[in-house]
Amino acid sequence: MSEPQPTPLHARHVELGARMVDFAGFSMPVQYGSIKAEHRAVRESAGLFDVSHMGQLHLSGPGALASAERLLSCRVGDLLQGQVRYGLLCNAEGGCVDDVTLYREGPDSLMLCVNAANIAKDRNWIEAHRLGETTLHDRSAETALLALQGPKSPGILDALCQDANSKPPSSLGRFRFGTFHCPSLTSTSRISRTGYTGADGFEIYLPAADCNDFFDALLEVGAEEGLIPAGLGARDTLRLEAALPLYGHELDDSTSPLEAGLARFTKRDRGGFIGHEAIEKREQQGRNRQLVGFELEDRGIARAGHVIRAGNETVGRVTSGAPSPSLGKSVGLGYVPPHCAQPGTAVEVMVRDRPLRARVVETPFVKKN
Amino acid sequence: MSEFHLPEEIRYSRDDEWVRESEDGLYTVGISDYAQQQLGDVVFVELPAPGAKFDAGQAFGVIESVKAVSDLCIPIGGEIIQVNTNLEDAPETVNDDCYASGWLITLRPSDPSQLGTLMDAAAYASYVAERND
Repeated sequence: MSEPQPTPLHARHVELGARMVDFAGFSMPVQYGSIKAEHRAVRESAGLFDVSHMGQLHLSGPGALASAERLLSCRVGDLLQGQVRYGLLCNAEGGCVDDVTLYREGPDSLMLCVNAANIAKDRNWIEAHRLGETTLHDRSAETALLALQGPKSPGILDALCQDANSKPPSSLGRFRFGTFHCPSLTSTSRISRTGYTGADGFEIYLPAADCNDFFDALLEVGAEEGLIPAGLGARDTLRLEAALPLYGHELDDSTSPLEAGLARFTKRDRGGFIGHEAIEKREQQGRNRQLVGFELEDRGIARAGHVIRAGNETVGRVTSGAPSPSLGKSVGLGYVPPHCAQPGTAVEVMVRDRPLRARVVETPFVKKN
Repeated sequence: MSEFHLPEEIRYSRDDEWVRESEDGLYTVGISDYAQQQLGDVVFVELPAPGAKFDAGQAFGVIESVKAVSDLCIPIGGEIIQVNTNLEDAPETVNDDCYASGWLITLRPSDPSQLGTLMDAAAYASYVAERND
């Protein structure tokens, strides 16, 4: 395997004492200190994540909107400039190529924020399936991305940034974005009221060349409010509590968005996107599995890959599992047949050849505050 | 790497466990400060039932952090006499106090002379340093 790629903030992470891991070909901080403490900071005050490994693919030209409408499961045409929407790139078999956030930049331009592991795959997929008069630019390498997450995020970011009308980032509604002036940056940055933690917060797109000083400025301004840097470890436990899918775990090329519980992010009623017919056909034939959340009733921790049983039969597998720092219990996501998917259903998770009692529960595990 | 504490009066294994001999001939076993720092927040510890017997190096339990699952390997063969049941409700004790209240098991060694094969604090410190080069 080739050397993992550093993000523009790599030296900062090392200075801060982060433990670095190879994730999707990038060298990323998994934790600076305690994952539980970083998790708690996001739930109670704020955490700052470097997520520069994520990719940014830009579509522009007279055909851009029509291409996106064809490529994405979500509605595109009614997306307002300055609005963000979650959607899926589906393949012709109805599986998921990737899950993305879509930004409407202008009348004929859109940005997709995509998973690090899928940048090349998405680029190739879009190149192969875009309609005419659509240009694709991959700006992943020149773009740094920070996620400032947690209830104290608005105050922290407002202290540093404002838009051309002197409005602060907290004036953005959920799933809205704008262009902001931030100190120590030679150019403006794009800030969206989005995230992957189940907390209020922002994602900040910056030029890779000068993101370090801004990262430092955020940590300095936020220190009083309890802001700390947070790594991928906390990001994973936070998104799991919010039951947000992680590509490669809950989603893959063979999983339909409907099995994953993402029907509301598909334009099922109108279709017109790649994979729609296959998804509907699979539904008509009867769904054989569905993503559910579960809590362990016995002591232990369910992990991805563990077998789920019901009535002494294997019924599925855990796709993600971890101790929930907010709830103080072990939770997980996994695929089971519809007859096991009702909240309250008793199942077992096999951990080191021992069955642990678990119960299917409603998700998200932790409601947004 | 952060500093870590290595009490002088105990011995250390290559699997980052410590062994303390008590007057009744039993050995207490836990994980080193270095090991608990490497693991991060300990969230679950699975220990065997008293009476179980293990050969040196065999996995006798499992310790889980938020992200990872690691085997616990017994530094000296013998019979498990007691396990630290407090860790069921408070696994974080292993992080907070690994050399005292965060102990894992006591065991009756099948061959007490095996203790001599373990490292003292100085040897263990260089062993850790080597791996971090």
